[in-house]
Amino acid sequence: MIDVLEPYIIGRGGGGKGLLFRRGMTMILKDILALVNGELLTPEMDLGIECPGIFASDLMSDVLTFINPGFVLLTGLINSHAVRTACLTDVTAIVFVQGKRPDMKVVDEAREKNLPVISTGLSMFEACSKLAQFFPEHPQ
Amino acid sequence: MREDASFQQDFLIKGGDFTGAGKVSCEIKNLLKELGLSSQVVRRVAIAAYEAEMNVIMYAWEGRFNLLITPQKIRIIVEDQGPGIENIDLAMREGYSTATEEMRELGFGAGMGLPNIKKNSDRFLITSEPDRGTRLEMTILTNGQRPQ
Repeated sequence: MIDVLEPYIIGRGGGGKGLLFRRGMTMILKDILALVNGELLTPEMDLGIECPGIFASDLMSDVLTFINPGFVLLTGLINSHAVRTACLTDVTAIVFVQGKRPDMKVVDEAREKNLPVISTGLSMFEACSKLAQFFPEHPQ
Repeated sequence: MREDASFQQDFLIKGGDFTGAGKVSCEIKNLLKELGLSSQVVRRVAIAAYEAEMNVIMYAWEGRFNLLITPQKIRIIVEDQGPGIENIDLAMREGYSTATEEMRELGFGAGMGLPNIKKNSDRFLITSEPDRGTRLEMTILTNGQRPQ
């Protein structure tokens, strides 16, 4: 486990130099928040959860069909269906892209379901490219 | 749960109720989690139930979910009153959809619903009568440990 733990410590230590990430390190929600320069809309939630992968789509039909449990969902869809779909498919967190912010009602529903939600000003493409290098490809 | 024990519950779903969409499936998911079923089984039931719930909301006037839980299986029968499906073979084809623009804006209607219900079920039956409605029966075995 040393090869995982070592970059883990370096990655989060930072020593005032900001976060350092390495390919192959185990990503937690806090890392994803930092990488997309996001704002956590549910501040009280635990960011220490491990994220095995990312799935990006605006189409909830595709999320329901193809997402793996535990993944983080990147989407531009900010209605309550995104939250419900995420909850039913065991998603770890939602990142809303393109600076979109859901209504307070939607955020409240996510909070009730214990689902962290993040908003980032990055586009879907930018967010995906920032995150892609840290996640191996997942064959469907 | 005893070998011969079973639990049944009915849920009503109103067609066009996009605000309440997913409520019944969340309730079913929570119920199964409380019963301590494996997370893979709970997830498969939740996904199949949500797809079916969305289908009732998007296409039918009214629908009824009958949930049966036994130690061996979870079975959901969905019966709706609605326009029905003219060509089931076509509706089962991935990507085939009669969804409106409004449904697509909500993130649904990609023509994956019925195939996805079948994919997540161990047993899946569908019958439909045009202008009357559609009946789905999906069964998921509680010992089913499918690969992700």
